[in-house]
Order: sequence, then C-alpha cells, then structure tokens
Amino acid sequence: MLTALLVMAGIAVMLGALLGYASIRFKVKGDPLVVKIDAILPQTQCGQCGFPGCKPYAQAIAKGEAEINQCPPGGEEGIRKLADLLGKEFKPLSAEHGVEKPKQVAFIDEAACIGCTLCTQACPVDAIVGAAKQMHTIVAPLCTGCELCVSPCPVDCISMVPVPETVETWKWRYPVVRMKAVEHA
Amino acid sequence: MLKVLAALIPGIAVYVWFFGAAILVQIALASAAALAGEAAMLKLRGKPVALFLSDGSALVTAWLIALTFPPIAPWWLTVTATLFAIVVAKHLYGGLGQNPFNPAMVAFAVSIVAFPALMSQWPAVGFTDFTAQMAVVFKSQSAQDAVTMATPLDALRTSLHVPEARATVAGVLGSHATFGNIGGKGWEWIALAYLAGGLWLLQQRIITWHVPVAFLAVLALIAGGFSLANPERYAGPVFHVVTGGAMLGAFFIATDPVSGATTPRGKLIFAAGAALLTWIIRSFGAYPDGMAFAVLLMNLCVPLIDMGTQPPVFGHKGGMKGGGRQ
Amino acid sequence: MLATLFKFEGGVKPDSHKDESSQAPIAAAPVPARLVVPLRQSAGNAPLPLVQPGQKVLKGEPIGAADGSFSAAVHAPTSGTVLALEPRTLPHPSGLSAACVVIAPDGEERWIERAPLDWRSASPEALRDRLRDMGIVGLGGATFPSHIKLKPGAAGRIETLVINGAECEPWITCDDRLMRERAEGIVRGIDILRHIVSAGRVLVGVEDNKPQAVAALRAAIAQSHGIEVVPVPTRYPAGGEKQLIRVLTGIEIPYGRFGSEYGVQCFNVGTAYSVHRAIEIGEPLVSRIVTVSGNVARPGNFETLIGTPIDALLALVAPKADTDRYIMGGPMMGFTLARTDLPVTKAANCILAASPALFPRPGTEMPCIRCGACTRACPAELQPHELYWFARSKNFGKAQEYHIFDCIECGCCAYVCPSNIRLVDYYRFAKTSMRALEREKAAADAARQRFEFRNLRSEREAKEKAERLAAKTAAARQAIAGGEKPAAAAMPAAPEQAQALPQLDEAKKALIAAAITRAQAQKEGVQPKNIDNLAPEKQAEIREIEARRAQVRELAKTPPEEPV
Repeated sequence: MLTALLVMAGIAVMLGALLGYASIRFKVKGDPLVVKIDAILPQTQCGQCGFPGCKPYAQAIAKGEAEINQCPPGGEEGIRKLADLLGKEFKPLSAEHGVEKPKQVAFIDEAACIGCTLCTQACPVDAIVGAAKQMHTIVAPLCTGCELCVSPCPVDCISMVPVPETVETWKWRYPVVRMKAVEHA
Repeated sequence: MLKVLAALIPGIAVYVWFFGAAILVQIALASAAALAGEAAMLKLRGKPVALFLSDGSALVTAWLIALTFPPIAPWWLTVTATLFAIVVAKHLYGGLGQNPFNPAMVAFAVSIVAFPALMSQWPAVGFTDFTAQMAVVFKSQSAQDAVTMATPLDALRTSLHVPEARATVAGVLGSHATFGNIGGKGWEWIALAYLAGGLWLLQQRIITWHVPVAFLAVLALIAGGFSLANPERYAGPVFHVVTGGAMLGAFFIATDPVSGATTPRGKLIFAAGAALLTWIIRSFGAYPDGMAFAVLLMNLCVPLIDMGTQPPVFGHKGGMKGGGRQ
Repeated sequence: MLATLFKFEGGVKPDSHKDESSQAPIAAAPVPARLVVPLRQSAGNAPLPLVQPGQKVLKGEPIGAADGSFSAAVHAPTSGTVLALEPRTLPHPSGLSAACVVIAPDGEERWIERAPLDWRSASPEALRDRLRDMGIVGLGGATFPSHIKLKPGAAGRIETLVINGAECEPWITCDDRLMRERAEGIVRGIDILRHIVSAGRVLVGVEDNKPQAVAALRAAIAQSHGIEVVPVPTRYPAGGEKQLIRVLTGIEIPYGRFGSEYGVQCFNVGTAYSVHRAIEIGEPLVSRIVTVSGNVARPGNFETLIGTPIDALLALVAPKADTDRYIMGGPMMGFTLARTDLPVTKAANCILAASPALFPRPGTEMPCIRCGACTRACPAELQPHELYWFARSKNFGKAQEYHIFDCIECGCCAYVCPSNIRLVDYYRFAKTSMRALEREKAAADAARQRFEFRNLRSEREAKEKAERLAAKTAAARQAIAGGEKPAAAAMPAAPEQAQALPQLDEAKKALIAAAITRAQAQKEGVQPKNIDNLAPEKQAEIREIEARRAQVRELAKTPPEEPV
C-alpha cells in the first residue's frame, strides 16, 4: 500500500517537473493582447468607438473597459474575430457607434477648397496634402475613410465616395452549391 | 460505386456455393434497410433523395455489412445494424463524404459488442439448406450446434487462449476436418474471389495499389515472423491472409476513400497500421476477427496521417531547386 | 542532338477538337465599324492614356504609354478618329468596366511611320524598351509584359529559351496555324529573343498532335543553329508554362519565382512572332490571331484587330441555332462571356460557341468523397480535395499552407471530379479573397504606422511649442523688467486669446496688440508667388481666383446660420 502510494507520488512529481520544464522550454512568446486586438481592428482611426484611434480602443478592450462591438468599420467580421480572440460571445454592432458601410474615401471638391488646413489637422493618417491658402487634396490610397475631415471643413467641400470595385480588386464570388434547387426543379 | 458492387459479385457467388443462399437474403435485407434509412435521412436533411440514392454508397455499405455478418444472423440484427450504419455512422456525421468512420465497420463493431453470440454463429459446413437457414434467420430461434460452428479464427482464439488446453495451431485446425486446407473450408476460395474482384477494381483505377498491397504484405510479414518463431502458438501468414475478413478488408473496406487516408504515403501507413492491429486483435484480443476494430482505430488517425504525409508540391521539392527528377 | 524529355505529373487527355478550326488558313477579320481598345491589356500597371476624344490617330500610333516598367504600351489598331475615352465593359469574368479608347476607323488603314531596328547591333536594354513601347505581351493568354521576362535573373544568364507551341487546350488552333503559315517569322522572333538574353539553346515545344507545325518550324530553322523543335506528348496541360519547362528541361519553377532565376524562360510562339514584327518591321502589337470555333458552321482562325467586337467575329463563322453561350479562352480555362459586344483583347486566343450538346454543363455538385482522382490529375502535384475543403470553409491560412497559390487553375481536377465539383471556382474564390485580405492588411498596417507617426509628431510639436513659448515669455518679462519698450519681441497669440486674458497687465496687453497687428499685416501681405513670368490669361485667372477667395473670406466672416 505504502509502496503504491510512493510510486504514485513519485510519478506525479516527475510528470509535474516534466510539464513545468516543458512550459518553460517550449514557451511560445505571443504578442501582447493589445497588439493582437489592434491587428484585428481596421486602423481606420475614425474614433467612432469613442476612443481617439484604434490603439486606444484596443487597450480599452484589453482592459475590459470597452465592448467588442463598437467598431463600425470593422463590421460584423471584425466583431467575430475579436470574439474568437477573446473567447467572448458575438454581439451585433452597437447602433450608437454607427453602422457598417462599404469602404469609402474622402474627396475634396478642389474648386471650392479655400485652403484652411482644418482638414489636414483632422486627418489621423496624414492623407491630405495642402498648405495654408493652398488647395488641398486627398491622397486616396492612404485615406482610411474615417470621415473625420468632413465636419471641420468650413465650406463643406469634402464628400465621401465609395471605393468602386475594379478588375484588379475584384473577387471571385463564393461558388454557389445548388443542391437543393435541383430537387424542386 | 456501382463498379465496387460489381467487383463483389464473384466473392458472393463463391460464398453462396459454400455457405448457402442465405447470404443473398441478408444482402437483400441490408440493401432494403440501407436504402430506406438513406432516403429517410436525406428527406429529413432536405437533400435531393433520388440524386443521392443513385450514387450507390448506401448499397456498398449494406453489402459490406451483409458480407461481414454471419449469413444466418437474425434478420433484425442485419436490419438494425444497417440502419445504425446509415443513420448514425453516416448521416449524423454529415452524410456522404463527411463520415470519419467506415459505416459498415461501425455497424459490425457495435453488433459484435452488443450481440457477441449472434455474431459468431456461422453455418456449419454442409449446412446449406436454404429453408433451414431461413428458419434460423427469420424465426430468430437460437441456432443449434448442429447447424452452427465456430469460424477457424474463433476456434483458434478460444483454444489458444486457454493455456491449460495446450492446444497448437496445427492441432486446432487439424481437429476440424471441415476447416479445409489453408484458411478454413470455403474461406480461402471466397478470399480468392474477393482478390479477383479487387484486382479488377485496381485495373479500373477505382482503387490504388497502396492499401491492398500494404495491408496484405504487413499482415503476412507479421504473421510469418511470429509463426516462424512459435508455430504452435501463432498461425501462419497464408492462413491470416485468406481467412476472416482480411481479403475483403484489404480491397473493399480499408480502401474506402471517405474514411481512409488520401495521400499515397498516408494510404501505406493507414493500411499497414490496420494490418498490424488486425493481427494483434486476432492473436491476443477478445474478438476473433480484428478487421473492423483495426479499420476504425486507423480511421481515427486519418487526419493526423494525412497532415503528416503531404507529398511535395511542384517546384517545392527540397534539394531539387532548379533541378528535378530524371 | 535530341533533348531527353521529362515528365510532369498528372494531366488529362480531353478530346482535342482541333481539326474543326485547323483546316482553313488564317483569314483576316474585316475592320469593324467601331473599335473599343481597353487601355489595360497586360498584367501590371494600366497604361496612361495619350489621346483625347476627337483626335485623329494612325494605325499603330500609341494611345496608351507604359506606366513604369511593369506595364506595356497600347496602340491604335487602325487609323481613324478617337470617339471617346471612357469606361467600357471588359471581356473579363467580373463583367466590370475599365478605361477604353473608342475609335471610329476611317477605313484607310494608314500606318504611322514604321522603323525597323537593327537588333543585332542594339543593346538588350534598348530592345527591351522597344518591346515595351511596342506593347508586346505574352499571347498565350496571361499577357505578361515580355520585356520583364527578358531581364536576366538571379541566375545571371538565361541559358535556355523555351518557346511554347504546345497549345494543349482543346479546340484552340491559333498557334498551330501560325506555326504552319508563319514559321519563318516565328524563328526570326526567336532569334531576336535569343539575342536579347544571349541564350545558349532554344527548345521549341510542340504537342505531337501537330506534325505539320513541327515540320514547318523545322523547315524554317534549317539555317538557324541551336534551335530545336521538340514534339512533346499530347497531354493537357503540356502547354502550361511551368509544365512545358519541366518537360523540356526538367526544371520546376515554384509559384512566385521567375524562370530567369533558374536560367530558363518561356515565350509563346505568337509572342515570338509579334517580337519579329515589332523589331524587324516596326509594327506594334495591334492584332492577334483568334480561333473561333465550337458550335459554328465555319470555324477558323482570324487575324483580328485588337478592339474588334466579338459579335463581328461571330458573324464570320455563323454560330448554329442551339448555341446557348459563348466562352472566351478554351473549354478548360476559359470563362463564359456575359455579352458578345465586348472587344477582342491581346489575351483573347479563342472564342467558342457552346451548345448543351458540345459543352454539357457540369452535373449537380455532389459531396467530395476524397476519392483522390483530382490528386492524380493535378499537374502541380497539389492535394485539390484538401484545398477544396479549406477554400470552402474559408480557412485561407490552411489553404496557403497547402500551396494554393501554386495552383495554375488548369481545371484538370474539376474535369476528372466524379462529384462534379467546380473545384477551380473555389480556388479562384480563395485566391482572390486572400489577395484582397492581404491588400486590406497592408493598408491597415500603413494606416497604423502613419497614425502613430502623426501622434508622435503632434506630441513633439506641442512640446517644442510649449518650450519656445516659455522661453519667449521669460525673455519678454526680462525686457519689461529692464524698462525697455515692448516692441519687437514676437509672441504668437490669437485675438481670442487676447480677449480671454483681461486680467493681464497693461504692458502685456500692449505686447499682444503689437503681435496681432503684425500678424494681420502679414495676412494682408500674402501674395501669390512666381507669377511675374506668366502669360496674361494666366494672370487673369489668378486674379479671378483671388477674387473668389476674397468672397469666401467675406462669407466666412459672417456668422454661419444655425443648422436646422
């Protein structure tokens, strides 16, 4: 009886040591949680979530101070990914933070621009070029479509235009499996 | 799938010759049960019934169940087992193409665990009278010793597992004159007929050589090795290859693409593992034939095997950068 | 010297259906009433337009200039007038539009001045530039700009040139006819390509079901040394670039790598012929040979101007009544055209009229039973059923792990699939989705970086400003304390700030007032610079703009109405 106990205890100690060693030896150095969350967020930097940029929102989520459904540009897919990462339940996008829209970019009506630089100051990713008294324009490939430049414009010359699908960015549609249709045909 | 059924016909013909026409009734029972179960499940799952029934996969399952069960198993056992295979082992896992386990083997394993006695009542040699067999199948009367007997594998197991009996392989097999010369009376001929059907499948490119070759070779090798070392305790390779479900399994069961490995190396590993397990269960296990359990256990390993045996891709063969095979 | 042939794995042998269209010689398709020339006709950047509506163009005149090195020029296929430069639907599976030049031919076919280039004395760079400006792209269907493929790779030199005359897709015979009828031009083109890369040997691979083409090429190279015509076994996709290189040289080129890195490069026979026309005659690529076949009464090959509507080609071959759709490309890799008023492009090697009898639609898709038929047929030695699984479940990471990008979309797997699964559609879906995700990720990463940099910069600016302010205030205080007149010391301040600080002492107020006057003076003084040397009308324009600005300034001064 005693021998059996000793053997069992010995095995337990040995296996425990082995596990402990393995957890140190094979430790996977993962990104800190904030970086992982930030990687999922779309980096629009629009502030619709209520935080000044994607990183602060990521920090708030990591601390549990914000919900995962406050990011309209990330949309449903983004919420799903966050839910997966954090092991939380999926929630629909919270309506008070906005609605999911197709990707768009800002467009400056250059004839109306007065060169006030208010939009360049508002742009979170420096995607507007122009100096005081000079016409401004959007560097479209850099624009995240955050809409932050729209309201500061004193002459309302900035509008948001959806990004059209081109031959280069076109995606093949998910093949439709028409198994059920056949039966009714 | 229809070609698979066609390839089974020679085996069935020889089966009838040695064990009587009861097997045809069993096949009919299993087929009817399989088609009914399949149709009901397809209807429930909202799939086109006619389209899926015509693919023949349910019939293959049914025929394999009938051929691995004793021909004088009670009718309700065949029907229940077939329904279990179709409903639980196949459709509950998502239907055609999604089942991780071979449905026929699931049915076999469940039945032999639940009804060990019924699953080992084989008609005695010479008991081929159709009406008498039907009486056993349908009246569900317990079969008398007069009409049943142990299969060679069963006899070997029960005798050799009792040390005091001091039985030997030659002794056991020799004591029953009716066991025949190599794999038991009738068995070797049925196995040969399966082999012929299997070779035809190979020629038709329905199956590849990997699984049958690896399975039979490994089974023969292990059996041969042990039988050389201790011929009294272990049966020889030829016996193992032609008896029980080995030949049927090598060509028709382990080759099931859905639940088997798909890469060439994976198929070799899968079949070799199944052969090894079959031999171990036959020689040391509690069940006479290990084919069903061996295949199911290897089914479990398929995702791992497939993942580990990905063949190299065009242009990504290590060490052959810019070179290539001659 | 006969090269040893290698073998590629997999492949299928569909009915070739070559005889239908390979009997008649190449005919010239008539100049249509309108030509619609897409600007973008090659892989890489879309060319920059060079013409405007109303402009007259000559045949062969550039209408789009190559944008950067990964691009190729586009030319007017005939002489006439540019009617429009506008988006038009492209012959592309997406059915989307892109910029096209619409030309009304004048029927005169007047060429621009064509200048041959003495290629033997020209440098490889000059020849490559010439090919780019002549719009030479791969005519096998991929339309990859040829000049890029002619750059020497990491291997230093392109030792072997493979010329692709395999034409393995069923029904298509445009290369076959070209080889039979214009073998000499092809060989001259090969000589030029070879000169550019100074290749040691040239292997022309032709599937062995085209004996006349082999004979014609062999007759044409009688004088050329080091060019070898090699009949290769007929097995689809022997004409795939990677497969043909493998068959002829044994070299396997993985996805994402150039043949030149392995000392080998491959060009289509049609490309070689157009290289000859471009260099030795000075003709840019303005036409190509198109096979029009399938369910038609008079199938054949047509020398077609780029931009010719497909309708016009179909009128030449008389499609039969039961034709239900049209396919661009071959039956294995082609796609169904949504409309037939779309233009022929440099990629269009074949137009097929399909009827339910000739091209039966694939049956109902059944579940995959992992039978492995696709694996045996895959020339890229992939596991198509696994890729299908991953693509179907949108498990893109796994799909990439199983090398989905090595898939050449040849269609062998779908061809042999007993469950009628349209496997390639799943792979195309997965590949394009993954590329889109990658683009999104790159954009997000760039945005993150720019956002962080901007935050850093504004922090730094705020800090510097605060320091400057502190220093200047201190200086001004000292000056006041020293009894000096509060004059020149600059201090940034806005009128609002001045009002917001009523409790400041008089000296400070004076300081602020001085600064405000100065700032206002500066404001008034701003004048557009560099306008002295401008033409009078420009000056007038500037004055106009200034007036508008002043107006806006006035508007801005009046308080905006409350939004309702």
